Amino acid sequence: MADETVAEKPAPQRIIAPGYTFGTITDQIASVVLTKKTPLFWMVCFAVGFGLLLMFLWAVVVLMAKGIGIWGNRAPVMWAFDITNFVWWIGIGHAGTLISAILLLLNQRWRNSINRFAEAMTLFAVACAAMFPLLHLGRPWLFYWLFPYPNTMNVQPQFRSPLIWDVFAVSTYATVSLLFWYVGLMPDLATLRDRTHSRFARGIYGIMAMGWRGSARHWSTYEKASLLLAGLATPLVLSVHTVVSFDFTIAIVPGWHSTFFPPYFVAGAIYSGFAMVLALAIPLRKAYGLEGLITDRHLDNSAKVMLATGLIVGYAYVLEAFTAWYSGDVYEAASVWNRMTGPYAPAYWTLVFCNIVAPQFLWFKRIRGKPVLLFVWSLVVLVGMWLERFVIIVTSLAQDYLPSSWGLFHPTRWDWATYFGTIGLFLFLFFLFIRLLPMISIFEVRALLPQARVEEEAQG
Amino acid sequence: MTRPIYGVMAEFESPTALVNAARAAREKGYRKLDAYSPFPIEELTDALHLHHNRLPLIVLIGGITGAICGYLLQYYVTVWDFPLNIAGRPLHSWPAYIVITFEMTILFAALSAVLGLLGLCGLPMPYHPVFNVPRFALATRNRFFLCVESTDPLFDRRRTCEFLETLEPREVSEVAH
Repeated sequence: MADETVAEKPAPQRIIAPGYTFGTITDQIASVVLTKKTPLFWMVCFAVGFGLLLMFLWAVVVLMAKGIGIWGNRAPVMWAFDITNFVWWIGIGHAGTLISAILLLLNQRWRNSINRFAEAMTLFAVACAAMFPLLHLGRPWLFYWLFPYPNTMNVQPQFRSPLIWDVFAVSTYATVSLLFWYVGLMPDLATLRDRTHSRFARGIYGIMAMGWRGSARHWSTYEKASLLLAGLATPLVLSVHTVVSFDFTIAIVPGWHSTFFPPYFVAGAIYSGFAMVLALAIPLRKAYGLEGLITDRHLDNSAKVMLATGLIVGYAYVLEAFTAWYSGDVYEAASVWNRMTGPYAPAYWTLVFCNIVAPQFLWFKRIRGKPVLLFVWSLVVLVGMWLERFVIIVTSLAQDYLPSSWGLFHPTRWDWATYFGTIGLFLFLFFLFIRLLPMISIFEVRALLPQARVEEEAQG
Repeated sequence: MTRPIYGVMAEFESPTALVNAARAAREKGYRKLDAYSPFPIEELTDALHLHHNRLPLIVLIGGITGAICGYLLQYYVTVWDFPLNIAGRPLHSWPAYIVITFEMTILFAALSAVLGLLGLCGLPMPYHPVFNVPRFALATRNRFFLCVESTDPLFDRRRTCEFLETLEPREVSEVAH
């Protein structure tokens, strides 16, 4: 049996296109930021984002003036667009942390050219997500009541409520994501400081780089810190969407009170997050000619992650229906039946199409290899995942135990304006980031080059 | 009498050359060495014997502090400061504390990782002599530098320069204070 058929170890696949050097990588990525010419693509996207942001501000001003009655939330549907959008945005953020932390721990080096903008996406998505619970408070300027602090009212938050867990989980997540992102940026800020010709820019980047000089002593601590932060961010990201799902599962509303929500929510989060990564990466690499750094392999891998998490989400839908039937609980069964056939049936079947049927096409390499198709697919998934949260939240509340108190939710134009407004906020922040900071981690991409490997002399 | 300098610095083209030079300088007996590269080089850590690192301990202490603070905060609020008797349920409801205790662990550990990184690296540092070498701006682009500092007991302006010249650098320059 001792057959000497040792399989040849396959040569490591190239992650970025051949022909790059340390210098050309640096110049190409830094030039996007340091150039004086702003491309038309950027102008258009920024203008769209800024326009929507103004609409958001308008919607918020009206909200402050008139109160949350301008939204469509009415008894029994007291949670609607606000929480749907909150969960949707938080979920989108999770892919950034997955790419930056989990793939770092798993030594998936292809992540190096997409982690920076994915982390930025996380930060801005969390910022958008935070808008909704804050605005839904009714008096957002009193948000600090959510935190425990000694006060003259002599009251404290209820630590047994998942809503307060959410406050801690999301604020920790935002802080840790910001720290991780900033630590990753430091060496690249030093590069920009040394590359720019403008005194002003050198000052700003210099302050932000904190005097980074690429010393071997610093790098060795830096690498440790990155690994530790990744190790901390990994359980954190899984916990955040778990806690978000607790907002529902701890309640006894039929259609919410179920133990498989945490893994189902986490998978759904990563699913929609990778869709957003693709939706951002495909136009960006085209517009800035970065196909050599964000290659077809990156798109292919992201599509595969999307397919895998999409299958988990599909499994959760099947399980949801099965559990409702198998539990013998009439309310649970009725809530699933109402979802499928009731007033929100069109939303339910659209989400089944978007989240279960559509991703099956990603099994085919020919579809994964076409960026334009992938872009469309990722938008379909984003819509599907938004509908999923909408269906879970609204249908369960609209039709719960007591048919006499059933009622439907009708979104108002302010609901829509606030929702699209946060998309504007996201685009606004994201395109500012593209213009002012390197969207690809320069030093990590340098490390991907074959020249970066130290050739050991043959030991005599 | 010439002014004292910070050290002498050699510039290399490739990571391999830098690692070999760092090894040679260690072998020669130099200890106050630092290497500068545009990306982390694992072999350099070996070559310069930089394995000892206190960061993991700092993060561990931070995490434990966070866990204790998180738990005690909730215990204090729910048992002492603001007890709510709801159908006689126990005030010390530890299962409900798990989530926030966990989040505070992560928060404190992550903060101590970043502050520990800055502290151990001595950052932010507004001024450092190596930036006086004009070509050092390339250390964040595509060049690799090895610096022998003047505090090294073996350091001698002329002889150290000559030694660095034998390592086939692109250029050797003195680093002014």
